[in-house]
Amino acid sequence: MPLAIVLIVLVVGSLLFHFLSPWTFTPIASNWGMIDTTVDITFVVTGFVFVAVNLFMAYAIIRYRHRPGAKAKYEPENKKLEVLLTVVTTIGVAAMLTPGLFVWAKFVDVPEGAVEVEAVGQQWHWSFRLPGKDGEFGIVDAKLIGVENPFGIDPDDPHGNDDVLVDDAVVHIPVGGPVQFWLRSKDVLHNFTVAQFRVKMDLVPGLESYMWLEPTVVGEYEVLCEELCGIAHHAMRGRVVVDTPEDYQAWVDSQPTFAETQAKAGGNAALGAAAYAVCAACHGSQAEGLVALNAPKLSGQDPKYLKKQLQNYKLGRRGAHEDDTYGKQMAPMAATLVNDAMIDNVIAYIGSLPDTPAPATVDGDIAHGAELYVICANCHGADGQGIPMNAPRQTGINDWYLLRQLENFKQGLRGTHPHDLGGKQMGFMARTLQDEQAMRDVVAYINTL
Amino acid sequence: MAYVAIADRDHELEHHDPTTFITKYIWSQDHKVIAIQYGITAVFVGLIALVLSGMMRLQLGFPDSFSFITPTDYYQFITMHGMIMVIFLLTALFLGGFGNYLIPLMIGSRDMVFPFMNMLSFWVYLVSVLVLLASFFVPGGPTGAGWTLYPPQAILPGTPGTDWGIVLMLGSLAIFIVAFTMGGLNYVTTILQARARGMTMMRLPLSLWGIFVATILGLLAFPALFVSAVMMTLDKAAGTSFFMPAILSMGQQLDHQGGTPILFQHLFWFFGHPEVYIVALPAFGLVSDLLSTHARKNIFGYRMMVWAILAIGGLSFIVWAHHMYVSGMNPYFGFFFATTTLIIAVPTAIKVYNWVLTLWQGNIHFTVPMLFAIGFIFTFTHGGLTGIFLGNVVVDLPLSDTYFVVAHFHMVMGVSPVLVVFGSIYHWYPKMTGKMFNQTLGKWHFWLTFLGTYSIYLPMHYLGFQGVPRRYFAMGDTEFMPESAFALNQSITISALFVGVVQLLFLYNIIVSLKNGKDAGPNPWKATTLEWQTPDTPPKHGNWGHELPEVHRWAYDYSVPGYHDDFIPQNVPANAAPAASEHGSDT
Amino acid sequence: MTLTLVFLAIIMATVIGWLLRQTLNTQPWEANDPVENQPGRGVINIDPAKVGLISFIAVVTSLFALFLSAYLMRMKLGDWRPLAEPNVLWLNTVILVLASVAFQVTRNAATRGQRRTVKVGLVVGGVCTSLFLLGQLFAWQQLNASGYFLAGNPANSFFYLLTALHGLHLLGGMWVWGRTSLRLFTGADARNVRLSVELCAVYWHYLLLVWIGLFALLLST
Repeated sequence: MPLAIVLIVLVVGSLLFHFLSPWTFTPIASNWGMIDTTVDITFVVTGFVFVAVNLFMAYAIIRYRHRPGAKAKYEPENKKLEVLLTVVTTIGVAAMLTPGLFVWAKFVDVPEGAVEVEAVGQQWHWSFRLPGKDGEFGIVDAKLIGVENPFGIDPDDPHGNDDVLVDDAVVHIPVGGPVQFWLRSKDVLHNFTVAQFRVKMDLVPGLESYMWLEPTVVGEYEVLCEELCGIAHHAMRGRVVVDTPEDYQAWVDSQPTFAETQAKAGGNAALGAAAYAVCAACHGSQAEGLVALNAPKLSGQDPKYLKKQLQNYKLGRRGAHEDDTYGKQMAPMAATLVNDAMIDNVIAYIGSLPDTPAPATVDGDIAHGAELYVICANCHGADGQGIPMNAPRQTGINDWYLLRQLENFKQGLRGTHPHDLGGKQMGFMARTLQDEQAMRDVVAYINTL
Repeated sequence: MAYVAIADRDHELEHHDPTTFITKYIWSQDHKVIAIQYGITAVFVGLIALVLSGMMRLQLGFPDSFSFITPTDYYQFITMHGMIMVIFLLTALFLGGFGNYLIPLMIGSRDMVFPFMNMLSFWVYLVSVLVLLASFFVPGGPTGAGWTLYPPQAILPGTPGTDWGIVLMLGSLAIFIVAFTMGGLNYVTTILQARARGMTMMRLPLSLWGIFVATILGLLAFPALFVSAVMMTLDKAAGTSFFMPAILSMGQQLDHQGGTPILFQHLFWFFGHPEVYIVALPAFGLVSDLLSTHARKNIFGYRMMVWAILAIGGLSFIVWAHHMYVSGMNPYFGFFFATTTLIIAVPTAIKVYNWVLTLWQGNIHFTVPMLFAIGFIFTFTHGGLTGIFLGNVVVDLPLSDTYFVVAHFHMVMGVSPVLVVFGSIYHWYPKMTGKMFNQTLGKWHFWLTFLGTYSIYLPMHYLGFQGVPRRYFAMGDTEFMPESAFALNQSITISALFVGVVQLLFLYNIIVSLKNGKDAGPNPWKATTLEWQTPDTPPKHGNWGHELPEVHRWAYDYSVPGYHDDFIPQNVPANAAPAASEHGSDT
Repeated sequence: MTLTLVFLAIIMATVIGWLLRQTLNTQPWEANDPVENQPGRGVINIDPAKVGLISFIAVVTSLFALFLSAYLMRMKLGDWRPLAEPNVLWLNTVILVLASVAFQVTRNAATRGQRRTVKVGLVVGGVCTSLFLLGQLFAWQQLNASGYFLAGNPANSFFYLLTALHGLHLLGGMWVWGRTSLRLFTGADARNVRLSVELCAVYWHYLLLVWIGLFALLLST
């Protein structure tokens, strides 16, 4: 008897939970309302079965519970009833399957004239490529991928030259028309998911998969990787910005093409020397860093990283948090480098300066630090030298600076800007260090590398 | 007539009657001892996996609060939890445990037909478990590739345990498959060849039908796992490119080229989907017998139940790619696999109907096994219905790789089979030990487990609708996730830890009842099947004393009209059961 | 996966056909005496060891079918460069046929209780099988010498893998062969080893078939 009551309560409770739950599909932002409809149909049919079966069972339990002298009925089978139930079930299943297959047929078939975007995954970043003016993607080959050619575009393919490269985890797409995502991975499996779009697909190394959708609401959406891709899987985030067509065009025009990225011979160190004068005031004439002014050593750091950070400062992705005192000092300084060419020049100059390792100032439990560093090594390399296509170098720079940045990441003073996805990733990782002592231990270990 | 030949080999079986402790309990060839060895080992590793899941839940409910759970640990816990639960607990327990115990007893045989191989099967299984557990103690720890072990990441740095862990995992699986094959050949051959006189296939209890078909599935499907494990090992160790395309790792070009990870996924799921039924079918079978016995009513639609088991088993081989709708495989496959997947819902639904119809017009005793059996119907209905969401290819698009999937498969192949495991252990405990367990504790165990697990998994589906992805170490700041979703995660964690702790009740009950339990008698549930008719309880070596039983009827003669008792054991001749009045019925 | 599915369809058809015979027109709930099963409804009338072996052969077939499915799927991926099978494989094939014939002769002799022929047959079968295995090793060596390394191309990888797998199954058979021979040469009667010899013969025929299938596939691709 209590069992029957509990079953009834569970059925009613499940229904109430379903209707009252604040946790439900995110507001849809694409044309795939049909998917939601199919889900609704499935809910109605399965919900009916769930309620019917369990209430019937509860009723049977109440009515046929053991009572003294009772005897069960002997009924081996009832062909009519069994056939009836089979037929009804088959009809119910067909009612759910048929609309599903129609919607799938739409999903498989990409409409003509869709805007094409290629999403490229790697452990643990997103980048994007557009076909450019000629409307065709250049041929790519995983064997060509390297620091200078992160997309692996074949330089001999003329279609590749005008491909627009977005070496950043933020991509824009135009509202209102079909957009086809081509999906490609450089290393392991990934998955491109935007919850509000409803559709998703894996990125598979060695082949290109695709999916399409029609964004319907202007706004920004978070991209998640939903295929386990290693220890930073959960921190592999990106962003899709759905723009009006005009804004979209403006954004496309502001992005470099493959030819442009290849043509750059790097910055001019001589020109950079002049611009560096401003920096020298704090970072030192040899970019050796000055602890008293809280300015870290820059010499020897990965140029790609330096450029990214200068851009981040300029775009307000870093140094914008109220409590990030030193970041706030740096932001106006970065603004003095008015264009990318100047940034390149300064970085080229910094690259020409001697790279004397900074002195160690942080103490900690090295053995414990070594254990913790196992996580860091995945991006920064087991030797702390950094992995150029992934994350910057850790060794030879100021340890007090590392410590402060870990603290900043953990406290959310850095890496919280929605477009600083590298910073967001580091935030995830910094939060796994429980306290300041753990951070000291890691830094102390890095000092030994 | 071959069963006669087997049956007449009594004397052969007698002369390895064990005498010393070692031959009786360690190197035993007695199927009952082997079953218990399998059972204890499986429950032991299962407890490890339970603790791992508790640690995962701690991290998910209270992110960044526990310094001993790093992302590395978390992904290792996930992987080991999944693999242990699916393979080393459920598969081993249902087939190695219940299969071993019940097959010879239920068919009226003295033992398996190959007792030595049966013993070997357990010891090889134990080796596979030890190899698996060894990976906790090697440099780098166990693999963290997820239980699906998808390459390339399973064998590349960036995933925990790519040095030793993955090799030990693949090795352990290969060893397990060898153990399973030895056991499986035994189960199939024994059911085919060693049935007592009169035990036709259509008189087999449904437990055995479930175990029989599940074993066949296992024998044919495990090779797929073996193939993929061998090929992945070669990709890792010998630099071949079965699954590995030209790719980078840690910014470096690798030497592989030309392979495809999709090939691995096809092989893996060609095993992986039947594996679901390798676990589910024995559960279906066992629960049918529990329901029938404790409702004092014949199972409704026996023939339909048998055919449903066969249909599910057969269909389970042509639905595998429904795990791969968003894997990047040719999307046109989606039409075929969605259709086959939803077709499988029909025989499955029939089973549910027949269980409920077995209760209808029954005489339901709310014993502990019955509570678990009815709990199973509820959770399995729930889990089966959510499976229809994921089987329907477009509905899978938003839900795939979210917590909806996690909730679904835990409901359908975690909670449901485990409820059957508990119900079955309680049901057969009196036969295995001769003692009755503590009923009150058993009922508490049921209520807390049943309600606790539902409070874990019902809300979890809704996290999936929200879009919360599975296999995430932490959600961090994810825009579409409201604060309340984090609170929900905490509540799930608390329920999960609670349910984990509740299992101590079960352990306490079965251990303490060994000593303190009341004597149960040979047939406390008044059941009809042969194992309850043994001359000794617990059955002695050889099971049947001098004479093998003869079977005169099916396993479900409960409440037959015209008879005094509400059950007639299978070995009672057609006209020998005491009638209620003087005119004997010819049922 | 087509190949595997065809194989499974055959297994399923067999199982279901057999069950249909057992179950159609039965009313399981009817109790009846006497208990003897009616003809055609009981178990298959052969020794359990043979049923075990047949089941095992089904498992091994599943294994090979899956490897071959993987082979056919991997083959389509563009970078496949067929390797030149060494000619020694033809010789090996002939030797394996001889081994199979030897086991068949042994089996017939064992049924008739001709101890001497059984002895000779077992020795010939064992020697031929060992020669076959050595021949396969030689083929590996030749391939290696001509630059077809394991990891060089998926075609090579599959060649080594499939031949190794087949060889390992033969080695497993040789273990049973060894035990049987030992029993025979330490004085067991021909009739006592009849079952083992029979199982060996079935197993060797099966592995010969597998090898011919594999060889044909390797040659044609």
